[in-house]
Amino acid sequence: MALETIDTAAKRGVLAVQEYVVLTGRALSNIFRRPFYAGDLFQQADIIGVGSLPIVILTGFFLGGALAMQSSATLMQFGAAAFTGQLVSFSMIKEIGPVVTALMVSGRNASGMASELGSMVVTEQIDAMRALGTDPLKKLVMPRIVSTVVMLFFLTILADMVGILGGGLVAVVMLGQSGSQYLHNAYQSLEYPDLLQGLIKPIFFGFILATIGCFYGMRTKGGTQGVGRSTTQAVVVSSILIIATDFVIIRFMLGVFGR
Amino acid sequence: MSANGSAGRNPSSTAEPVVLFEDVSIGFGADPVLEGISFRVERGETRILLGPAGVGKSVLLKLVNGLLRPESGRIFVFGKEISAMREEDLFEPRGAIGTVFQEGALFDSLNVRDNVGYRLIEEHLPEDEVTRRATEALRFVEMEHTLYKFPSELSGGMRRRVAIARAIVSDPKLILYDSPTGGLDPITSTTIIELVMKQRDVSHTSSLVVTHRLQDAFMLATHRFNREKNRMEALPPHTADPNTSFLMLHNRRLVFDGSTAELVRSEDPLIREYLA
Repeated sequence: MALETIDTAAKRGVLAVQEYVVLTGRALSNIFRRPFYAGDLFQQADIIGVGSLPIVILTGFFLGGALAMQSSATLMQFGAAAFTGQLVSFSMIKEIGPVVTALMVSGRNASGMASELGSMVVTEQIDAMRALGTDPLKKLVMPRIVSTVVMLFFLTILADMVGILGGGLVAVVMLGQSGSQYLHNAYQSLEYPDLLQGLIKPIFFGFILATIGCFYGMRTKGGTQGVGRSTTQAVVVSSILIIATDFVIIRFMLGVFGR
Repeated sequence: MSANGSAGRNPSSTAEPVVLFEDVSIGFGADPVLEGISFRVERGETRILLGPAGVGKSVLLKLVNGLLRPESGRIFVFGKEISAMREEDLFEPRGAIGTVFQEGALFDSLNVRDNVGYRLIEEHLPEDEVTRRATEALRFVEMEHTLYKFPSELSGGMRRRVAIARAIVSDPKLILYDSPTGGLDPITSTTIIELVMKQRDVSHTSSLVVTHRLQDAFMLATHRFNREKNRMEALPPHTADPNTSFLMLHNRRLVFDGSTAELVRSEDPLIREYLA
């Protein structure tokens, strides 16, 4: 009985991966094929990018400030409080900026995509779209993937900037440090591999959160309860995959660039 | 009973049928839903698919426009074997098929004009042309006053009428109605059946109508639409529309395929029980 359960679960898992690959492959193969849904692409970019601005700015700012406070307390014990800027910029650009931005956007948009597409599935709107001669993977999924990847890239840069500024504000106003020293340290300590790592991550994270959100939305079953289940699964799975992918990218970058 | 036959039906079976099912079977997981289904829909013909709820009527309809694929057997629509086509290639033939879904399946984020004109917008027709043709289709279902309303502002019956307008806007050669009167009150149901009849008798479009409501099915078979009076009227007693015939599903199989007279006279206990 137990073996049977493991067997069924394994088969279901493999099938889910296969469906995910097929959905993603078919959606992406449509990028350069007519008709182009430029309007849908810009609309999604607006919803995902512009719509996420407040949460990304706020979390970036407060995380930068929190990092500055936490790190300066430790650095002071070694008489190295002047390096607060370096630690904040390092952490924000390489790790916290990309990961936290992706997690925040995942919470907002992977769930949004799963619930929106899921509702369309259970009310037969997806079938209606197919019956009317439109490929939903092209009209609905592809614009969401492309705009998420592009917008998350810029949102992450914004979060990094706001985080460093937030950290600077805390360092100057609350910790009495020199603003120019903070910014000088923050800038001088960075090298190209650090920036590369910070810019590569959002591309992977954006792809993960959009494809997972759309995947769970498109395979929704079981009415409104199913929509709720898909939404939860989309956020949980995309968050775990983002953190796991972060680990893999760090290991890869360490192997290639040594930092 | 005349399953898998067409005796007594008016349309010629020598011309290429609009829809042809050849020994089609489908199941979900280990559960078979339809087994060995064979039938045809001729040009200009209306076929009413009867059967109890959950027997697979909607599944059969989704097989016709390729939304589902059979496990075995072949399906031809307008002479093309759609059961052997890739999903990407199916979007074009679907352009000639209008589908009315069970609950209407209108796009809730689009207004009525954009819902009805969806296909035309996708074909990049000028805005004026889209509005004109959407209004025309809405006039057919007497809903032109709802052009800029959203589906959430409409009642169930109104949504179903808009769905019919969306299905007919591009003059399809085949219309699939999936329980168009399901969940509606008797008066609204009659209005919807009248619209199905109007499309049948005015445009002579081939159609496949799924229903489990016998009164709707027999109304379609025993009435015709009078264009002058702009309403339906009963045919003379003991006569039925020659272009309207029946199919009946039971226990995964097609148990009846024939005319209204054959259905009524059938001695099959299963059919007698269903008609009782």
